[in-house]
Amino acid sequence: MGKKVLMKGNEAVAEAAILAGCRHYFAYPITPQSELIEYMAKKMPLVDGTFLQAESEVAAINMVLGAAACGVRVMTSSSSPGISLKQEGISYIAASRLPAVIVNVTRGGPGLGNIAPMQCDYFQATRGGGHGDYYTPVLSPSTVQEFADMAPLAFEIAEKYLTPVMILGDGMLGQMMEPVEFPDSYAPQKDPSEWALGARRTPDDRHIINSLYIDPYVLQEKTETLFEVYEEIKKNEIRFETYNMDADAKYLIVAHGTAARVAKSAVDALKEEGVELALIRPITLWPYPYDAVAEAAKGKEKVITIELSMGQMVEDVKLAVCGECPVEFIGKAGGVVFTPEEIVSLIREKIS
Amino acid sequence: MTVFKGRTKGLTDAKLSYCPGCLHGVAHRLIGESMEELGIIEKTIGIAPVGCSVFAYNFFACDVIQVPHGRAPAVATGMHRARPDRIVFTYQGDGDLAAIGTAETIHAANRSENITIFFVNNATYGMTGGQMAPTTLPGMKATTAPYGRDVSDTGYPMRLCEILSQLEMTNYIERVSLLSPKDILKAKKAVKKALQYNIDGKGLSFVEMISTCPTNWGMDPLKAREWAKENMLPVFPLGVFKDRAAEEAKEKEAE
Repeated sequence: MGKKVLMKGNEAVAEAAILAGCRHYFAYPITPQSELIEYMAKKMPLVDGTFLQAESEVAAINMVLGAAACGVRVMTSSSSPGISLKQEGISYIAASRLPAVIVNVTRGGPGLGNIAPMQCDYFQATRGGGHGDYYTPVLSPSTVQEFADMAPLAFEIAEKYLTPVMILGDGMLGQMMEPVEFPDSYAPQKDPSEWALGARRTPDDRHIINSLYIDPYVLQEKTETLFEVYEEIKKNEIRFETYNMDADAKYLIVAHGTAARVAKSAVDALKEEGVELALIRPITLWPYPYDAVAEAAKGKEKVITIELSMGQMVEDVKLAVCGECPVEFIGKAGGVVFTPEEIVSLIREKIS
Repeated sequence: MTVFKGRTKGLTDAKLSYCPGCLHGVAHRLIGESMEELGIIEKTIGIAPVGCSVFAYNFFACDVIQVPHGRAPAVATGMHRARPDRIVFTYQGDGDLAAIGTAETIHAANRSENITIFFVNNATYGMTGGQMAPTTLPGMKATTAPYGRDVSDTGYPMRLCEILSQLEMTNYIERVSLLSPKDILKAKKAVKKALQYNIDGKGLSFVEMISTCPTNWGMDPLKAREWAKENMLPVFPLGVFKDRAAEEAKEKEAE
């Protein structure tokens, strides 16, 4: 590993993307991801990369579409309302089978909401988000280190399956500083010359990138092919972390990202009082670790989902648990993060 | 029958999907011929819009991508930044370029991205069935302006050449027409020049082509051309609005 540095999450993910070979970045400023775009503005010219502040999020994601179609490692970043604007482009990138990385440092909503950390865009991130039948792999980091590690991982997944990949952080992870280490080397980019535009190998090797299929049977076939890819992603890319799982716990906590950090400290605090809680943290929100959550919930009296929203992931938890035991929800809107004491008392209420 | 000129290598053998009398075929041919004559077919990436010409990816013999409605200049920006050694052009209609894609058009032009924009203006929304476009003439009927376009309500037709030529760094802006053989020869020169400028790295070139939509206008092709000459050209005057590279060359010569 390289040297350890103290960095904001927004800066760490930007640095990791550059180290991973990303040389094209297009975005539009929005809080709380501003440090990311500013970091790219400063660093990209130093590595002969492209930084361009687009006229809008809509333009930025379409610049990503253009660069991705030419087979380069390309990234954009934004926050909730900006991601809503990017959804048209993300749908086209997914349909066109192009690799791209989108960092979403989420904030409070709906509407303009606020700039405080929330997890209320879970539905938008994990259910395609734009129009049409498609999914985007979604990675949810819980530390600044993980935020950074997910940049190269996102590029690898994007290139392996030819899909846009979203890293779903939140305002807390974007703004907080933690020590982070960058590896000395990263996996190289997969050769795009078979499909990329401007990469003709012979005069007849004309490449077309398209998402229009007027014939309904052809569109059906194309969509089915897309879903075969999604099955492969589900088989190979599900990631999660368990905590205190071996313990003789009657209750299971499910949380992701920043909420999982708070939940972990609650697990530790309650352990001292003699209450054993197991915790599972989905790292991929799509594909969702349904089997792992179901397995972890086995024999439990209750499953408690904790989110910084009014309850979105809890629907996936319920799908996983499938009525085997009650699923309770602890949530919070507005962008106020639970204090450890608060979460402990809310969990106590649910298990008493 | 005497064949004066065969098919251009710049177009594929695919049969054009346009209505009889539509001038997209002529516009395609001019771009195809220019790519062939400049020897850049294999180096060029075309961008197909949303609208009647969405199927352009079947027709141009270069690499082509089909993109969201109005976003072609942004996609072209990403492409040109990723592959500055390639020639990138967009092919857009008036709804695509002057309505839903106004922001992308103006900002790509303001940055003077080294791309070429071909803009086909037929004063209507063709594919969706003849609705009002930003370029629809005052008083002209459309399915969404059934009583004729009322400028006091919907504004005056937008003149993109005039707007874009105000931007400091745009390189070449010309409006041509496809309404007569003589006009078509002139249009060919403009198309080729625009692509040449991009080979030379001169920045954004923009060629507007005044065209027709016989189907949605409800006229036969010849009548449509006559109608366009009489009614469109006074609103959309032809000519070179800007030729920065040529002006700079002239200034240099004078020195």
